Amino acid sequence: MNPFSYERAADAAAAIGLAKGNAAARYLGGGTNLVDLMRETVERPEMLVDVTGLPHGIEPRADGGLLIGASATNTALAADSHVRTHYPLLARAILAGASAQIRNMATVGGNILQRTRCRYFYDTAAACNKREPGAGCDARDGFNRYHAILGASPACVATHPSDMCVALAALDATVHLDGPDGPRSIALADLHRLPGDRPDIETELKPGELIAAVEIPPLPFARRSTYRKVRDRASYAFALVSVAAALDLAEDGTVRDVRLALGGVAHKPWRASAAEAALKGRPANPESFRAAAEVELAAATGLRDNGFKIELAKRTIVAVLGDLTGDEA
Amino acid sequence: MSAHSDAAASRPGRWQPAVTQDPLLRKHGAQGSGALGQPVSRIEGPLKVQGKARFAAEFPYEGLCYAALAFSTIPRGRITALDTAAAEAAPGVVLVMTHRNAPRMKAPSLMMSSPTAAGASDLPVMQTDEIHWNGQPIAVVLAETQEQADYAASLVTAGYAPLPAVTSFDEARKTPRQLDNILGQPPVVEIGDAEGALKGAAVQVDQIYRTPRHNHNAIELHAATVAWTGDELRVHDASQLLDLTAGQLADIFGLEADKVRVSSPYVGGGFGGKCLWDHQILACAAAKLAGRPVRIMLSREGVFRIVGGRTLTEQRVALGASADGRLDALIHTGIAAMTAHNSCPEQFTFPTRHLYAAKSVRLAQEVADMDMLANTFMRAPGESVGTFALECAIDELADKLGLDPIELRRRIEPEKDPTSGKPFSSRHLIDAYEKGAERFGWERRSKAPRQRRDGEWLIGMGCATATYPYHRFPGGAARIRLTAGGQVTVSTAVHDMGMGTATAQVQHIAARLGVPLDNVTFEYGDTTLPRGVIAGGSTQTASIGGAVIAATEVFVEELLKLAGNDSPLAGLSLADVETRDGGIGHRDDAARFESYESILRRAGRGELVCEAEAPPPAEMEAFSMHSYGAQFCEVRVSEITGEVRVSRFLGSFDAGRILNAKTATSQFKGGIIMGIGLALTEETNFDPRTGRIVNASLADYHVPVQMDVPAIEILYTDIPDPQAPMGARGIGEIGITGVGAAVANAVYNATGKRIRDLPITLDKLM
Amino acid sequence: MGNALMNFTINGQSVEVEADIRSSLLDLLRNSLGFTGTKKGCDQGACGACTVLVDGERINSCLALAVQYQGRSITTVEGLGSDGTLHPLQQAFVEHDGFQCGYCTPGQLCSAIGMAREIERNIPSVVTADLSADSVAVDETELRERMSGNLCRCGAYNGIVEAISETLGKMQEGARA
Repeated sequence: MNPFSYERAADAAAAIGLAKGNAAARYLGGGTNLVDLMRETVERPEMLVDVTGLPHGIEPRADGGLLIGASATNTALAADSHVRTHYPLLARAILAGASAQIRNMATVGGNILQRTRCRYFYDTAAACNKREPGAGCDARDGFNRYHAILGASPACVATHPSDMCVALAALDATVHLDGPDGPRSIALADLHRLPGDRPDIETELKPGELIAAVEIPPLPFARRSTYRKVRDRASYAFALVSVAAALDLAEDGTVRDVRLALGGVAHKPWRASAAEAALKGRPANPESFRAAAEVELAAATGLRDNGFKIELAKRTIVAVLGDLTGDEA
Repeated sequence: MSAHSDAAASRPGRWQPAVTQDPLLRKHGAQGSGALGQPVSRIEGPLKVQGKARFAAEFPYEGLCYAALAFSTIPRGRITALDTAAAEAAPGVVLVMTHRNAPRMKAPSLMMSSPTAAGASDLPVMQTDEIHWNGQPIAVVLAETQEQADYAASLVTAGYAPLPAVTSFDEARKTPRQLDNILGQPPVVEIGDAEGALKGAAVQVDQIYRTPRHNHNAIELHAATVAWTGDELRVHDASQLLDLTAGQLADIFGLEADKVRVSSPYVGGGFGGKCLWDHQILACAAAKLAGRPVRIMLSREGVFRIVGGRTLTEQRVALGASADGRLDALIHTGIAAMTAHNSCPEQFTFPTRHLYAAKSVRLAQEVADMDMLANTFMRAPGESVGTFALECAIDELADKLGLDPIELRRRIEPEKDPTSGKPFSSRHLIDAYEKGAERFGWERRSKAPRQRRDGEWLIGMGCATATYPYHRFPGGAARIRLTAGGQVTVSTAVHDMGMGTATAQVQHIAARLGVPLDNVTFEYGDTTLPRGVIAGGSTQTASIGGAVIAATEVFVEELLKLAGNDSPLAGLSLADVETRDGGIGHRDDAARFESYESILRRAGRGELVCEAEAPPPAEMEAFSMHSYGAQFCEVRVSEITGEVRVSRFLGSFDAGRILNAKTATSQFKGGIIMGIGLALTEETNFDPRTGRIVNASLADYHVPVQMDVPAIEILYTDIPDPQAPMGARGIGEIGITGVGAAVANAVYNATGKRIRDLPITLDKLM
Repeated sequence: MGNALMNFTINGQSVEVEADIRSSLLDLLRNSLGFTGTKKGCDQGACGACTVLVDGERINSCLALAVQYQGRSITTVEGLGSDGTLHPLQQAFVEHDGFQCGYCTPGQLCSAIGMAREIERNIPSVVTADLSADSVAVDETELRERMSGNLCRCGAYNGIVEAISETLGKMQEGARA
């Protein structure tokens, strides 16, 4: 681990002030990803600004939505009664991630900004355009079981590992940022980037910006929602494919509205907008679900080890929507 | 004062392996042997649950410095540039050692090549600019703190002149090599014309099975704390071969053997991996160069880079059977990847040599040399993956024959060892199957696949045979010390990595000497004790048993001498007496008895110390000796995602007498759980482009977690093996054998799909 | 950069120590303070051997920079029992053979105690069927999922769950007290 200085910020303004103009400064949340990457020398910050003292409240909004301080822990968010009642897909997504210990440490802001678990990104002996732009990508023709089937580029086939973000993407969450140029907001779905030719630039954050809060708009039908994670062991493993879904059925059994997002398939949490559009107004049955999944995965391409994820994603979409249809909660 | 055995003498009453039985078997059930088999809790348990058991990296030393390693990033070639300046200039750095300034050291010798050889590889360690595998240590940094050492190690940079390297198994297998022997056994066994018989058989199975590389991944990272005092070397290691490590280190550094002391009272899991690798040697060398004590603890990546694992195999099993389920042909051949510098060919044909009767047999295995880290022994080397292939094929044959797989095994049960022709010392495999089947509810298994489901989950059952050979290593000794107060201490330089050695031996010694458990101390884990055997090959318990029997004989003879003519024991010899009730008594005359304390008191002795070495393992020459088991598995397989969950598991074992019901059950379960990992989740990804292990972390190498493991039930026959000390065969490794096949066969029963490539990941079932 | 003077409460005792700012809480405990009961198995949050309790919550001390945890109350395995008496869970681990080599055990114990408190506080897990329930319906599956952050390579998983099942009530009384 490189030497660094450590500062604890009392509030967002202080944190931004400390990091301002210092490209080698990083905001430190729970540290569950950053400390790991520092130990691997993938991350080499010269200054850590501890932002765990920033707001961590989880507050229902008058409109029925929810405002979440970025320093709320993953556990706190999953355990929040409003989340459990109104956004069960979010609680389940968080709880499907990592271990209880890590969820106790990890913050909402840190979870959003965690980096890929691609082993070639972690191994400084391997070629990785994300770690070292222009170096090449050893994953493309290497072990790529966990890699992207959607939105990948020749430069990078890594996936975003978060479970929580998949649910947030489905919920149309907004991320409130703060930074040297003042506060601004961005849709979570727009925060993470596809790799293109600059996989090293992973988000739309500007230098010195931090995540202050996440806001989830009201979505009454999200009471009927869930998250399913498919992985290589029964717990404590990253997703091969995951599906977050909320379903709103009309009286006649057709889909009035639906939210669908995929994890483990792309460089960002993948909002399945095409599938959603294909489903609206259609009968809520396996044939419609499958057709929508086909639309969403039409552009998917497999690599040496991960081609199965295309069919797995389709099947999991169908299964999750089927569960939501059958469950008259 | 110490009395030693006269190994050449063969006096009446002495245990003669293969001729007489361990006298303890005679005492079975009698008073004094009551401690044997009881579920005694681990004697070191309270220390472990309080965090007070001190592991290798936890010994403090004045002036201790911390080590970190830098690793090569090419598989083969020469180092052309090695820049250590930045590391040397980093804060807190004490020393940067490379091949340029490392002390001159002899190369390790390959394990089994001599009585002190402990090398997993015989390559010299940091002596030249040559690179032999991707991940080879190229520099050792010592610093005042671990943080400083790690940082400085990250600053070491190297340039290389690469040489052509074989890092693809597909390439390597084009030029296979036939070894002279496979762990002392012939590499090829042929009885009759098996290929011809296969062609002519009424029913045939002929399949290829593949198993990947595995890593032990004991949770304790490999570590050592080492200190020199003059030419004396003190090593706190995490070791399953103490005496070999001490002897090998003495050889490497040119020391007298008694100048090296290695201890390892607690080991955080071994499974074959806690042997002598480069890190202990490098720590000793760096400590010598720096003149300071050194602690080295590998990172998890470091463990993957420099501690070898189980190699990959490709196996063919072909079975030719008559319609009534007799084997006309039994063929098991294949190839495993290996290096030119190690001694571990992964003996996957071994189970097939002893399990089933067949009219003709062909067994052969070859190796394919690769430029990689030396592979090594990992829990049930050979048998773990060999039984996967064999027992899947047997299941496939049963299916083709329309026979229940247990009934098929009943029909091919041999009367004597099918390849050696030797009698079995004790074999109750079919008993184990029958008891296990009844308890598991095997009759509820549907013969045809895909018959049971619960929603999206298909449910199936499978079974497979477990087997592992009995071995007793020669060369181990034990010392018995008896005090006037009746306290007994038995000492031998063996290991307890969690197998329950110490607890079972306390029970064994209490039973053998007829003293209460509380009066017994078992000393182990230190090379200052009488020479012990390695903890490997499920041999330790029997090997200790042999040494303790021998020491007990000397002990009894010495006590009879001390008892003299005024004792009720006057005139009796070893053959006439037994140990019981805290003393020695006539076997057939309850009145002729004198307690140990009385004998010592009358002789005016404060203590008696006896030491003896185990007699050679003649029983292994005379008999075919193996443990057996029947593994039963129920799986649930998602028809949607292909996810497999083991929902029930039962292991029914025939492993001789069980010395401790609690710790033995844990050994069996632990093996089964590692077998579930082998079946479903574990695979070391070796990149054929670079020869580098890609998933060198516990996040990416998936050992089973709690959620992967159901409640497991264990049964055992508890039938003593008449040829084994205590009647006990080893139990450390058999648990993992057969599990891969039991799971795969259950998956077939659930889904109708045969998966012949491990691990059975969900993509193979979609 | 460099070192910093840090303060903690460890097992009820105030501790002041100068340590490298880069030190993880795990390395600080083991190397600077001699609390070697807490174990290192991966140093990357993938095994749980380093689990300790911080203000009663279980965390992986290998991923925790010590400097970030100043002023907090840390409980390690050494602090579970009292005056030579084993904590009921420690006793149950011995009785049910919830370990073999014993290396993951301190982490398992701290994790289980933290888990008991999480259940007491009605924190759900991914296998909790009814997220809106007022309390967690504890069964074996709940315990297994919640303990899946603690690897045991010896495979003492059954004994661990048995020991926890037997002791859970007592641990929750302890957490309420």
